[in-house]
Amino acid sequence: MATASLPDRTLTPAGAPRPRGIHLGRWVLDGAAALSLGFILLPLVLVTWLAFFRQEIPSLPPEGYSLRWFGAVFQNRNFVGGFILSLQVAVAATAIGLALAVPASLALARRRFRGRGPIATLLLMPLVIPGVVFGTAIYVFQIEAEILTGLPLLGSTAGLVLAHALITIPWVARLVTASLAGFDPAVEEAAKNLGANPWTTFRRVTLPAIRPGLVSGALFGFVMSFGNLEMSLFLVGAGRTTLPIAILQYLEWKIDPTVAAASVLQILLIGAAMIVTDRYVKISQVV
Amino acid sequence: MAGVELDRLSKRYGEQAAVKDVSLRIPDGEFLVLLGPSGCGKTTTLRMVAGFVEPTGGTTRIGDRDVTYLPPWRRNTGMVFQSYALFPHMSVAENVAFGLEMRKVPRPEREARSREALRLVRLEKLAERLPRQLSGGQQQRVALARALAIRPDVLLLDEPLSNLDAKLREEVRIEIHDLQRQLGLTTIMVTHDQEEALTVADRLVVMADGEIRQVGHQRDLYERPADRFVAGFVGRSTFLEGRVAEPGLFETAGGLRLKADTEGVLGPASLALRPERLTVGAGGHDNQLPGVVEFVSYLGAVLEARVRLSPEDRVVVQLPNRSGVPPLAIGQSVEIGWPREAGLVFAAA
Repeated sequence: MATASLPDRTLTPAGAPRPRGIHLGRWVLDGAAALSLGFILLPLVLVTWLAFFRQEIPSLPPEGYSLRWFGAVFQNRNFVGGFILSLQVAVAATAIGLALAVPASLALARRRFRGRGPIATLLLMPLVIPGVVFGTAIYVFQIEAEILTGLPLLGSTAGLVLAHALITIPWVARLVTASLAGFDPAVEEAAKNLGANPWTTFRRVTLPAIRPGLVSGALFGFVMSFGNLEMSLFLVGAGRTTLPIAILQYLEWKIDPTVAAASVLQILLIGAAMIVTDRYVKISQVV
Repeated sequence: MAGVELDRLSKRYGEQAAVKDVSLRIPDGEFLVLLGPSGCGKTTTLRMVAGFVEPTGGTTRIGDRDVTYLPPWRRNTGMVFQSYALFPHMSVAENVAFGLEMRKVPRPEREARSREALRLVRLEKLAERLPRQLSGGQQQRVALARALAIRPDVLLLDEPLSNLDAKLREEVRIEIHDLQRQLGLTTIMVTHDQEEALTVADRLVVMADGEIRQVGHQRDLYERPADRFVAGFVGRSTFLEGRVAEPGLFETAGGLRLKADTEGVLGPASLALRPERLTVGAGGHDNQLPGVVEFVSYLGAVLEARVRLSPEDRVVVQLPNRSGVPPLAIGQSVEIGWPREAGLVFAAA
């Protein structure tokens, strides 16, 4: 999906006087855009600023600046351990999400079968179900599954990964489906006609075509899993924490800027991932 | 290269028969065109030859190989798609070399052969471009080169010109035709455009409702259409509805009694007349009838007039534009004539 561009000024025929309303309309639109951008950026700017405050209790104006809270993050075992677990879970969940959602999207885009519409909607469900509801449901499910099979699912990393895979699926499915929308199935037929078997056709023709959707879907899925709190709260094992849980636990006792520093590190990590990704696919062209 | 043989090839989708018992023998090197309105089964037939549609009955042979249930990638057909279907992320040269790569042709030979194929379509200079940097006509020529590079047993063209504008269409059409001749490639083309079909084909197959209505050369189809559908689809005809009252006599619904070669037809029928076979003015033909001009179209090289012969019966007449001044005016009384053999009688279905 390309970003829709607003009607260009040049559309006005040369020489014809431009109606006043268009001028005003542009001002309103530009203003609204600036306002929403500010609304998004303000908290990020504040938290970043806060991370550099010297004093322990955040208050304005700052008494001075310091980097010591960044050091504190790395000395906190909960933060470091949580970061590692979150990273592991997010990577594994994204991999599983890709493995499931890519074939599903291909089937949904290519084949006509009964229940195609409802299934396409169901794939996006994890996006709209509140995290707490989803967490409870999976918690109950894992208890029942454990009783039935005897496998230690609840509290295990595997259980957490499987649950997180559910959050990555809608992102991958949505974005891969979007990049398939503009892709002519005849191109795949052309490959087969020229001697490529189905696997080669997928690897050489389909995969390059859906790569933008795949990469950006994986990125978003990763970010959503990495930042997920609600589901993880239910599923994480005793004595283990993901980074969001570690932050929450820390906040119960202290409000010093260590948490802000941890957030800044997360923002940097995700920002770096987006920049790297953007070198391969222009995310703005897909989402 | 090889001939193609279809034997009672059929495709059903549930209750719906898309193609019914199509049998065709296409000799090596022939340019065959499947012609028909949309939904007539011509594309399904072509896709069965390519292997994209599995038939529910009958057999397909290419050369002496039974390919009926062979997947597309084992058939060695070269297909050109309506939408070009170039690989968007590969350069022109990579597109053309793709089939050779799949055949594990070593790189030096692969490059030589794809250059050669591009030279055939006069695009060797654009080898490094991406498809989106080419015009529609160029893209279609790349698609053609890509299909030719693998030296297919049979070339399959699925409405290859319909996405091009009129001028390009003619250019690419001539190009396809010349290449086909030059390479002696067995070719099957699908089109709904009869002008296109008539100019390139060695032989034509007219299809409707999943069935072959007539197979023949251009003249056969035009002069001796097998049924009313073919008479209306290939070239233009006006139809007078009525009945054959007795051998040699056709009576229209409006009460006209016309001399015609009725060839064994008796009872309800229609009489087809080609607009250019009718004459205006006293001509001394078997049929000479008074009429009134209802409508005149100026088409440049020809003039077309619709003439009312009776309250129920109208015919279209075509006159060469010799003087630049329309010889007919609306409301004018004229005399229309034609020899009996110009009228084709078809029994009502």
